[in-house]
Amino acid sequence: MTIAPAPVRADDPGLDEVTNPDLPWVVIVWNDPVNLMSYVTYVFQKLFGYSKEKATKLMLDVHHKGRAVVSSGPRERAELDVFRLHEHGLWATMEHDT
Amino acid sequence: MPRRRFTFTGGDVKLRIAKEEREMLRGLPDQLRRLMDEEPDDPAVLRLFPPAYRDRPDHEHEYRRLMGEDLRERRLAALAAMEETVDADVLTPEEASGWLRALNDLRLVLGTRLDVKDDTFDREVDEDDPRAQALALYGYLSVLEEELVEALAQGV
Repeated sequence: MTIAPAPVRADDPGLDEVTNPDLPWVVIVWNDPVNLMSYVTYVFQKLFGYSKEKATKLMLDVHHKGRAVVSSGPRERAELDVFRLHEHGLWATMEHDT
Repeated sequence: MPRRRFTFTGGDVKLRIAKEEREMLRGLPDQLRRLMDEEPDDPAVLRLFPPAYRDRPDHEHEYRRLMGEDLRERRLAALAAMEETVDADVLTPEEASGWLRALNDLRLVLGTRLDVKDDTFDREVDEDDPRAQALALYGYLSVLEEELVEALAQGV
């Protein structure tokens, strides 16, 4: 990602922060060099209703670690999340959390 | 202080974009629409339709079949929203959302074509670089998108 207004380095929340063990599919967003950091944060807030802090933390995870789990749930729900992320141009995939 | 191109007004977004900038933006949605139509397998176009499943071809095939056309229609609707309001002074929330996604799609395609990396803009672009003009457009669209995000982020 690119063009950041000097981001504050957040504490590392770990990849499984938003994973619920009862909801086995996880949605992953991958880093890419085009999407703006501010845009990615905004999309996480808008699509998932996350606070600015949580959305920023996930965005920084994507940026620094290359990927972050942004939501989890049953397969249909995860597919819908992936679709909405794709609609917004984010590079999202889903996988079964084993 | 530079004047803001986009101002959030509690729902709608006010637009103050110079005439020559609007002229430059006017043809871009149609260019992307044609590219999507004529070169569906171009890597830059494929960037707009990434796989949902990395290691489940069966699921991926089904996802593509069920959602592929919807995704394409959403993209075309965003391009149409930007195209139809390129001369507007005020954008409804839906139109502003269309602008945002259209600007981002244009940057994704242009950025993929130009092979933009995290450090592409760390140094000044050499004016002899054959990509100089396209990189300048990419840079301009990035500024525009950043400003629109800043305005819209006030509404979440």
